[in-house]
Amino acid sequence: MSGALQIDHPSDAEPAALPPRLELRGIAKHFPGVRALDGVDLVLRPGRVTALIGENGAGKSTLVKILTGIHRPDAGEIRVGGKPVSFAAPQDAQAAGITAIHQETVLFDDLTVAENIYLGHAPKTRLGFVDWSAMRARATALLYGLDAPIRPWTRLRDLSIAQRHLVAIARALSIDSEIVIMDEPTAALSHKEVDDLARVIERLKGQGKAILFISHKFEELYRIADDYTVFRDGRSVGAGRMDAATHDDLVRLMVGRSVDQVFPKVPATLGEAVLAVSGLCHPTEFDGVSFTLRCGEILGLYGLVGAGRSELCQALFGATVPSGGTIAVEGRKVAIRSPADAVRAGIVYVPEERGRHGAVLAMPVFENVTLACLGNVWRHGFIRSGEEFRLARHYAERLDLRAASLAQPVGTLSGGNQQKVVIGKWLAAGPKVVILDEPTKGIDIGSKAAVHAFMSELAGQGLAVLMVSSELPEILGMADRVMVMREGRMAGLFEREGLTAETLVAAATGNTQTRSDRP
Amino acid sequence: MSAPVPPRLADDLDLCGPVLRRETLLAAALVLLLGVIALRFPAFVTASSLGGVFNDSAILIIMALGQAAVLLTRSVDLSVAANVALTGMAVALIDAHHGLPLGLTILAAPALGLLLGAFNGLLVWRLGMPPIVVTLGTLTIYRGLAFVLSGGTWINSFQFSPAFLALPRTELLGVPVLSWIAVAVVAAAAIVLGRTAAGRGWFAVGGNPTAAAYAGIDPGRARFLAFCFSGLLSGLCGYLWVARYAVAYVDLASGFELDVIAACVIGGVSIAGGIGSVAGAVLGSLFLGTIKNALPVVNVSPFAQMAISGTIIIAAVALNTRAERRRGRIILRPAGPQTAE
Repeated sequence: MSGALQIDHPSDAEPAALPPRLELRGIAKHFPGVRALDGVDLVLRPGRVTALIGENGAGKSTLVKILTGIHRPDAGEIRVGGKPVSFAAPQDAQAAGITAIHQETVLFDDLTVAENIYLGHAPKTRLGFVDWSAMRARATALLYGLDAPIRPWTRLRDLSIAQRHLVAIARALSIDSEIVIMDEPTAALSHKEVDDLARVIERLKGQGKAILFISHKFEELYRIADDYTVFRDGRSVGAGRMDAATHDDLVRLMVGRSVDQVFPKVPATLGEAVLAVSGLCHPTEFDGVSFTLRCGEILGLYGLVGAGRSELCQALFGATVPSGGTIAVEGRKVAIRSPADAVRAGIVYVPEERGRHGAVLAMPVFENVTLACLGNVWRHGFIRSGEEFRLARHYAERLDLRAASLAQPVGTLSGGNQQKVVIGKWLAAGPKVVILDEPTKGIDIGSKAAVHAFMSELAGQGLAVLMVSSELPEILGMADRVMVMREGRMAGLFEREGLTAETLVAAATGNTQTRSDRP
Repeated sequence: MSAPVPPRLADDLDLCGPVLRRETLLAAALVLLLGVIALRFPAFVTASSLGGVFNDSAILIIMALGQAAVLLTRSVDLSVAANVALTGMAVALIDAHHGLPLGLTILAAPALGLLLGAFNGLLVWRLGMPPIVVTLGTLTIYRGLAFVLSGGTWINSFQFSPAFLALPRTELLGVPVLSWIAVAVVAAAAIVLGRTAAGRGWFAVGGNPTAAAYAGIDPGRARFLAFCFSGLLSGLCGYLWVARYAVAYVDLASGFELDVIAACVIGGVSIAGGIGSVAGAVLGSLFLGTIKNALPVVNVSPFAQMAISGTIIIAAVALNTRAERRRGRIILRPAGPQTAE
């Protein structure tokens, strides 16, 4: 598929270096319906920072979970210091000298800094009690070594996110980890804090640690990382020295697949504007978002994780209240303060985790379907069950729902059919605008095609669809226009014609070299 | 295309098949219990004696239905017995000292109960406080207010108007009005839970608050309405209790909230919310009522009675937990042979 691209093998890419501290060969991991990793290779060397780069869903998180012993690989080999290892539990990974520092640090808010650093391996006195003075002294020394002005007896709750990262790093050092994984450590940090982190990483390199650094921000990658490995669709597609790769090279590796999947995109005849959003703001998540959505249109919303897409959708749906700007449906301004307001205005939101957020599992199918439109099956305030069943049957047939009975609890249906019930519920509410949050995330190829066909059908019936997706082929294949968000702001609005994956990724990552938004 | 399903799980599906399985089981257990009692005391299971048990359980049934609504929304109302004491005291004082028309006096009980329930509900809804904390607080407040109203004195049977006391005992078609009221409340609750948006909202909010919110059902408002319903029925029971026992005092119905919750739990109303039925709450109340009536007949000491009641509650919860766990497991398989995609 990607034959056009030059693929370096990690082993060729690093001449005359120290022997690898960690080496992965052909690691594969399948989940039901998803191939998360399909034979990835990765090499970490002492004293070097390796960047792991890839789109959302490329398999980075799965790899981290394998390296920290949370998941076990289906195939492949992990070597630490040249010796093959296998991790049955997180403790095994820790014993092998691997520590991960996560985006949201997994520490204990109500314990002190020193306790957090030494939890599980606290220094003991001869009688077997915790040696508090030794713990304090060692924690102080560790934090001093990191140039971190944190007192070890502070409660973690009182620290900033950046300081918590330092505590997590101190913890990693306290267990003598030779391999440190940093999973998007800078996602929540300010510029100054990123500078501090970079200095700490420099220090760790000096101590000969091998570091895996995961980030979406190219600017940082160029500053911090020495080597890179790019993942795409669960495979490693390229590796080499950071200083030998241009931004364009990396973007091409990230997205370099042929967008030749068949999408059942029906050329839409766009009608009037249904949804008009103007200058929508939120104190912390997004700012100055304006766009219109027309009848029969599918607007793709693309961006990296944390770009503010979900938050924008939640504001459109009344789950959070924006601090400024206006929303108009069919030309009339609407005040959306709660999901009930949104449903009344004709905006419905199909959440990403449809099982968890969409269906009431203990309720029968028919009650789930009519949940958002009880007003249609009422007479004098009482629900008419005949009417209710008729409505439910209509949507069950339309969506080809497989259930033994409409009175069956939704929890007894298969996952795919649960999703159909949720979609049926929203259709029954008679919406004008449908917001689909990651409509095909985590479902297999066959179901994806069905969801895409359905999306086209919705648009064909004159509904306006806002599709949040992190999958470029889906965005390119299904959307009439694509809005890209970066760091809470609109980074571009692109027409379908001639749109390339490179353009979108460049806009989402903030690289201006290949950017080509139209005014 | 889906993975092959281990055939063993099919049995679980069959066991969980009927929607009313739990209620059917409970009804069978109740019949069995009556059978066992009948072996030693045949007189217990005569029509008039069973009618007496139902009449004795009437207040429990009414209050269990209110509590069930609250439990469905993943909340709990600990203030129901205090509500009974306060509304009971209020209507007793009205009847004994102010002589309003009987109809107004009786209507004042559910009206005041509704207010007390609404106060609980507002605290839960508007201040976002945990229901258990709110009602633990109002439990004390309501009983305290009963003391303030009465000054700690008792209202005894001779102080009431005869009509006030007579109503629950009046027989219609050979059945006391108290029992008729319970029957009417059961019917009303069946309509509210099964046929109104409010009742549907309680199930939805308890089953999946996020999904309910996305569907435009405000979970806070749904809880508020459930507390109102519970308060209304408790207030009604305030009058019924005082009239039936012909006495009002501050410690009236003390600890009864636990019986009410126990009846719900025995009846399969899930403490975790979203699962329960009118039939379950009624059967649970009857089960508990039968035990409480039968044990003294069988000459069990009051302390052993408490222990036995407690054991039955634990056993009921254990059975329900097991049933729910089984329900969890069948989610993992497609439902029915035709679902293989």
